[in-house]
Amino acid sequence: MNEVAVWTVIVLLGLGTFGLRFVFTGVIGDRQLPPWILRHLRYTAVAVLPGLVAPLVVWPSATGGQLDPPRLAAAAVTLATGLFSRNVVAAILLGAATLYAGLYLLG
Amino acid sequence: MATETTKSAYWQGVRDGAPFLLVVCPFALLFGVVATEAGLDVVETMAFSVLVIAGAAQFTAVELLKNDAPTVIALVSALTVNLRMAMYSASLTPHLGAATLWQRALVAYFTVDQTYACSVLAYDRNPDWSVAQKLGYFFGTVTPICPLWYVFTLVGALAGNAIPDGLALDFAVPITFLALIGPMLRTRAHMAAAFVSVVTALVFAFLPYNLGLLVAALAGMMTGAEIERRDPESLLP
Repeated sequence: MNEVAVWTVIVLLGLGTFGLRFVFTGVIGDRQLPPWILRHLRYTAVAVLPGLVAPLVVWPSATGGQLDPPRLAAAAVTLATGLFSRNVVAAILLGAATLYAGLYLLG
Repeated sequence: MATETTKSAYWQGVRDGAPFLLVVCPFALLFGVVATEAGLDVVETMAFSVLVIAGAAQFTAVELLKNDAPTVIALVSALTVNLRMAMYSASLTPHLGAATLWQRALVAYFTVDQTYACSVLAYDRNPDWSVAQKLGYFFGTVTPICPLWYVFTLVGALAGNAIPDGLALDFAVPITFLALIGPMLRTRAHMAAAFVSVVTALVFAFLPYNLGLLVAALAGMMTGAEIERRDPESLLP
């Protein structure tokens, strides 16, 4: 692997990522944002994370993009547990248990 | 006492952040293994985890570097994966904007999926918290998560390929994110935003450079905001 390319990517990606993280918190600070922007920002997390996860669940890289019943079941159990118990840890543990049980039974 | 409550907010952050070690440690380990297998040395691998500190983007960059993609493509793709950080930054601003510049710079560096998600959830649940308490909570979540991100990257880089595939570590990331999403779906508007995000992400998955996620994020945010605008009571659980 090309050393120069690797270090270029590491340094610029580091700076760029910090810039993305700092752009609003740092630059805007405590100036008031208009209500319509705040209204959109309230949905940032629920608009980004589900979109990030959906392709990973439907087309898992570990199975070469094939829909995988154990992973699908684990995803459903994790989401349902989080939704109904509001307990993140319980959701992770039940989801992981479902994944391993599914892989053991079907794999 | 303000210091007392700041301290308790900090420890609450530590307690809420700690469970994510179950995910952060395997994920960091996996990055160390993948990066060294791709041909990076230990110093380069560690530089990724310390300077970038964003797992998904690090995997993207290494994957593209390994396949000899042009440097610009590797960089732009990994940055696109991290565009959500700008949205996280924006949504933390109303809460932490009054902190000092240094504090905000530190918050920015440590803004990762887990610290952000824990914090917005806690800020929603504790609207009466002061900026000091909110900062205390944020750095509480950072305390277990970020140092162990570095440590387990190192362990992975040194352990190499002694990790069995049967552990299915690939699915550690989706499970964490799904576990975080569940409790966030408090209102009809939040549920609709998440639903639209999922559908849009799948429909636009064919777009290059992760642009599908950006489209999905914008569509989801507009959905949530529009439902709230038409019916402000939809914010009530």
